[in-house]
Amino acid sequence: MTLRDIIYKLLRRQPASASTARERLQLVLAHDRSDLSTDLLDQMRKEILEVVAKYVEIDMDEGAVSLETEDRMTALVANLPIKRTLNGQIKLLETAKEKKEKSENLEGGLTNS
Amino acid sequence: MATDTRVILICSGKGGVGKTTLTANLGISLARQGETTAVLDADFGLRNLDLLLGLENRIVYTAQEVLEEECRLDQALVKHKQESNLSLLPAGNPRMLDWIKPDDMKRIVEMLSDQFKYVLIDCPAGVEDGFKNAMHASKEAIVVTNPEVSAVRDADRVIGLLNTNGIKPVQLVLNRVRPKMMANQEMLSIDDVKDILALPLLGLVLEDEQVIVSTNRGEPLTLNSTNSPAAKCYLNIARRLQGEEIALIDPAKEIAGFGAKFRRLMQTKIF
Ligand SMILES: Nc1ncnc2c1ncn2[C@@H]1O[C@H](COP(=O)(O)OP(=O)(O)O)[C@@H](O)[C@H]1O
Ligand SMILES: [Mg+2]
Repeated sequence: MTLRDIIYKLLRRQPASASTARERLQLVLAHDRSDLSTDLLDQMRKEILEVVAKYVEIDMDEGAVSLETEDRMTALVANLPIKRTLNGQIKLLETAKEKKEKSENLEGGLTNS
Repeated sequence: MATDTRVILICSGKGGVGKTTLTANLGISLARQGETTAVLDADFGLRNLDLLLGLENRIVYTAQEVLEEECRLDQALVKHKQESNLSLLPAGNPRMLDWIKPDDMKRIVEMLSDQFKYVLIDCPAGVEDGFKNAMHASKEAIVVTNPEVSAVRDADRVIGLLNTNGIKPVQLVLNRVRPKMMANQEMLSIDDVKDILALPLLGLVLEDEQVIVSTNRGEPLTLNSTNSPAAKCYLNIARRLQGEEIALIDPAKEIAGFGAKFRRLMQTKIF
């Protein structure tokens, strides 16, 4: 975040367009590079969630399986907050911190160049 | 046979980003530095390199007649008037696109490699056969792009293809840089583009009206007015290509006047 961004925020002006360009590019390139169609990605997302749901109950609203790219390496990143395990033991998510730790444990990387 | 010939593909994916202008100016600059240089117009569909170099009226034969063995290579080569180290091999008829094969391009480039230290290939836009044929004949590549989303996206496609085809090194030239827009963060920054494409930066070229003036005359910028902003950039790129270490220009310093300091302040990273 630059000084300009902060001032723009205070003035409620739209952020300068360069950061928007950067973010949009990173997203579109992650898809271009992986050579996966949106359909295939959706299918994979669905199947991953199904597999995980066999073992733990996940928060479908919060969960995300997405492609991220950095340094010409594309990673499949899953962030799946756990509501509770399936052996009946309810694990309440009291603190946001705890939730974050759990979801991090589930974060898996799958490289694809 | 000159085994150390550098065969450099100048490509971009997107059209109109400045490939042909870069090819012409690099050709002139390298020739002026004493290197025998051939520029090959591989954009058979929309040839323009002859026009930018002011050689359009001196073409007798083209790459087509060379391949069909209707003339010798040296009959087709057009030597530049002022820079005798520079020669153009013109593109043939657009119908060449229908029959030319990757190995035909390779044959032409091998012939040129016998005589020249540098062979610069001005590539067509796109990632189809015209591009692939030219890539097949190249060893290294310069990817030209602009600080705009569509140009960067297309460059990324091309870089992927160059990587899988073992072209090395692949370097980046960022053309049409507008310092004011960058300072206002209304244009992708140099680092943005470099990081996203993950390529070493061979140089940047400032947006410069003189580029158009020089195109009108058919005299590349680097031929005469070595003082215009873009001319300096092209010259630096040629020297870096030759292995000289020259610092990149800082676009922020190219903004004259009162606003410059303020704009720099606004770019301060807070967190
Ligand atoms: N640095 C620059 N400043 C201003 N205009 C430029 C610059 N580079 C290229 N241009 C203009 O952009 C247009 C496209 O350039 P060209 O070299 O023909 O692109 P390409 O070969 O990639 O299609 C031309 O009109 C050219 O004059
Ligand atoms: Mg061109």
